[in-house]
Amino acid sequence: MNFEFTEEQLMIRDAARDFAQRELLPGVIERDEKSEYPTEQVKRLADLGFLGMLVGLEYDGGGMDTISYVLAMEEISKVDSSVSVIMSVNNSLVCWGVEKYGTEEQKQKFLKPMARGEKIGAFLLSEPEAGSDATSQRTTAVDMGDHYLVNGTKNWITNGKTASTYIVMAQTHPELKHKGINALLVDSKSEGITVGPHENKMGMRASDTCSVMFNNVKVPKENRLGEEGFGFKLAMQSLEGGRIGIASQALGIASGAYELALKYAQERKAFGKEIIHHQAIAFKLADMAVEIEAARFFCLKAAWLKDQGKPYGQASAMAKLYAAETAMKVTTEAVQIHGGYGYVKEYHVERLMRDAKLTQIYEGTSEIQKIVISRGLMD
Amino acid sequence: MKILVCISNVPDTTTKVKFKEDNTLFDDSGVQWIINPWDELALTRALELKEDAGNSVDEVCVIHVGGAQTDATLRKALAIGADKAFRIDACAADAYYVAGQIASYLKENPFDIVFSGIESSDYNGSSVGAMIAEFMDYSGVSSVTSVNLDGDDVILYRAIPGGKQKIKTGVPLVAVVQKGIAKEPRIPAMRGIMMARKKPLEVIAATEMEMLTKSIKFELPKAKGACKMIDLENVEELVKLLKNEAKVL
Amino acid sequence: MIVNLVSFLRSIISYLKEKLMSVIAFAKNWNGKFKNSTYELVSYTKNLASQLNTQLIVVSIGEVKEEELKSLGKYGAERIISVNDSQMNTLTSRVYAQVISELAEKEGADTIVMSDNESGKAIAPRISVKMKAGMASAVLELPISMNPFVVKKGAFSGKALEYVQIDSPVKVITIAKNCFGFIEDQVDVSIEEFSSHLDAALFKIQVLEEEKQTNKVNLADADIVVSAGRGMRSPDNWGVVEELADVLGAATACSRPVSDEGWRGHEEHVGQTGKVIAPNLYFAAGISGAIQHVAGISRSKCIVAINTDPEAPIFGVADYGIIGDVMEVLPKLTEAVRNSK
Repeated sequence: MNFEFTEEQLMIRDAARDFAQRELLPGVIERDEKSEYPTEQVKRLADLGFLGMLVGLEYDGGGMDTISYVLAMEEISKVDSSVSVIMSVNNSLVCWGVEKYGTEEQKQKFLKPMARGEKIGAFLLSEPEAGSDATSQRTTAVDMGDHYLVNGTKNWITNGKTASTYIVMAQTHPELKHKGINALLVDSKSEGITVGPHENKMGMRASDTCSVMFNNVKVPKENRLGEEGFGFKLAMQSLEGGRIGIASQALGIASGAYELALKYAQERKAFGKEIIHHQAIAFKLADMAVEIEAARFFCLKAAWLKDQGKPYGQASAMAKLYAAETAMKVTTEAVQIHGGYGYVKEYHVERLMRDAKLTQIYEGTSEIQKIVISRGLMD
Repeated sequence: MKILVCISNVPDTTTKVKFKEDNTLFDDSGVQWIINPWDELALTRALELKEDAGNSVDEVCVIHVGGAQTDATLRKALAIGADKAFRIDACAADAYYVAGQIASYLKENPFDIVFSGIESSDYNGSSVGAMIAEFMDYSGVSSVTSVNLDGDDVILYRAIPGGKQKIKTGVPLVAVVQKGIAKEPRIPAMRGIMMARKKPLEVIAATEMEMLTKSIKFELPKAKGACKMIDLENVEELVKLLKNEAKVL
Repeated sequence: MIVNLVSFLRSIISYLKEKLMSVIAFAKNWNGKFKNSTYELVSYTKNLASQLNTQLIVVSIGEVKEEELKSLGKYGAERIISVNDSQMNTLTSRVYAQVISELAEKEGADTIVMSDNESGKAIAPRISVKMKAGMASAVLELPISMNPFVVKKGAFSGKALEYVQIDSPVKVITIAKNCFGFIEDQVDVSIEEFSSHLDAALFKIQVLEEEKQTNKVNLADADIVVSAGRGMRSPDNWGVVEELADVLGAATACSRPVSDEGWRGHEEHVGQTGKVIAPNLYFAAGISGAIQHVAGISRSKCIVAINTDPEAPIFGVADYGIIGDVMEVLPKLTEAVRNSK
């Protein structure tokens, strides 16, 4: 056991913190309010190498370990989850799969520009009728010899509008059920693709979420990731890693809200003393601190397993479940500690509370995580 | 052209300052260390000068006097973009000593421009840069808010009371820089952090040198009395108090 | 015989004491004129010299008229050495340090004092090296003790005070603004001229041009400062700040976010990484009072805070506070000051 971070990991954490505090904090309220995509901020995220930090150096990535990724995701999510979700999707759901299962040509063509952050990726799995139940894919990819013909609709797609590269899950052999699903690398500018309007969301309002429609979209055969019928497995494996990203995001939302609440409680006076000296508030803060620390351990453990090349599906599901629940709880308490001020936008905690809700839902709801965990128990 | 930036390792600016051992030593438990803010701006400007293709800056290095625990700070300087880091292995307790150590390195390894921050945010000595200039018998310009290169000459602005002066000078030169020298410090990029691993961080033995001063005790400033609140509708009262009570008008 | 020897030794000792223990104050001029900080320096060093039971020598470099030099006599400068050389009008730290060190050696001075400003910061460290003299900067009061020589100064950007002991025979200190005040002590002034035989190669620095802000009170020297922060909401609102500064004869300043946003120039930024100032009166309008900002103003004699947020930390360091919007309070305050005149 070693609970010390390396010098490098700390440097990455500090870099993410400086970036978040200096460049994300100004304007975060306005971007949320106007549902305005953080174009400039994402460009900076790319310059600093966060968008491809997990990709190897040989493919123009940062070559960083998952522990560093957790630390960076936490710091960025303390301030702006609309930005950190873009980073999480690009790193964990898109780049990871291409790096692990892509051909050399696919890596040169698709991975490198995404690792540099010049292009953004999106992961197209959810459908109007297939959210948690990802096996019942309705989008089809008909084998036409040298290409697939893709038809169907994908929902709730993060980076749907801004992405240049999609990984699309589509059914090629319905008779094989989920074993007939393929994962295809699709240029988002391909003919036949229509992007739906920006969803008007409760939280993470600045990130771009929309539906994507495919109407007879031709995808060359060489764009298939992995073997024929490998799509569903790839999706599930990608989500295992994605959960570490979202768990760290939830951790960041929680610790961001906690830090604000702690500071507020030390400054705000009521009944003649700072409210932190009232036990009702002090105990709340103690509970928050404990749960956040536990969530952090979950995240780091999952990341460590992944870095060690050990199975981490169970650990990442636990991390995602626990961190998301903690984020919801802690942000709610942070609003409570702020009283009336917590309910207005200026004080940030209400936004964090709205953002927290999504971490319980996307990339596998809390209920789905429990399915994953309980199945793991039965193995 | 070669530029050397002197780096000091200081507690983060938000640190709550505490002392130990009967107020004779700074209590560094739980303290986060950073590159002295002015030194970081100096490094940023040095890197900008190097990146500008119009200049012929070949190398930007950083130098620091301190123990092994300060290596993290030097690695950050490398991650931001410095080419090499030198750490003179000694405890930095007196400005004369620190400047003397850096000067003795410079005598063997000359640089064209030496940057130093106007002061360090811990002991606020404001003296190392100008001391190096004197040890080396270099020209020195203090209170510098802007540096540009013009061939082999250096064009600087220095702050003077109520304005600024544009100065031209040759090298070698020590520029003691302050706020304004660069817009804001750089955040290291992931690639930079990776590359820092492979860049040289050379540890140099200290030379024999005297210390002329020592810190013997610290204390915290006295707490201020309560703030007297004045009603918004009664600002005349404030003017009266400033005149008669505080006697500052 | 023995009595003679003793009295001879005594006379040597007292001779040496005079010779070796004089105090030099470097009186910087700006275009031939001295400032309040120069008079404070003379007051400080006059007191220091009398505590050390020795004489004070005030050194002036560059062209300064006799009348101006004599103004230092009001604060106790009996002996002035003037290096009245037009070539030295521009501050070149190498040259100034050389001249002062030469004089210090010649006069056997062991304590050299100057103001903690742009010139002091540039010259004092050079003298320290030339004379192997321990240095302390921005000293806050007369030395706490003479033997050992201990001075008190700020540390950790105003968050602490530090006692520094200087062990070398010769000492160099710079003194902080408002650390002593001025004490009138009119004396007759004797002025000696001195010319140094300097190597011309030292004049390497060439001043190309000089930009001065006209009609504006200089922030570092100002007795009153009106400073404003993010609470102003827009750079277009600065009129009310300037009006108040105008009627008070004050300098204007700002907080870091304001200078970072480019609402005001960075030369106005007051705080830990900007300017550290010590005016008599400081107005913080719409400034929350982050710890870094407070570090830059904590030596102000009196702080007035104006903020809409009653919980803003600035009220924790202020002497007087008004809860309210700056856009409303500042014009009222300007009016009140005008009426009180």
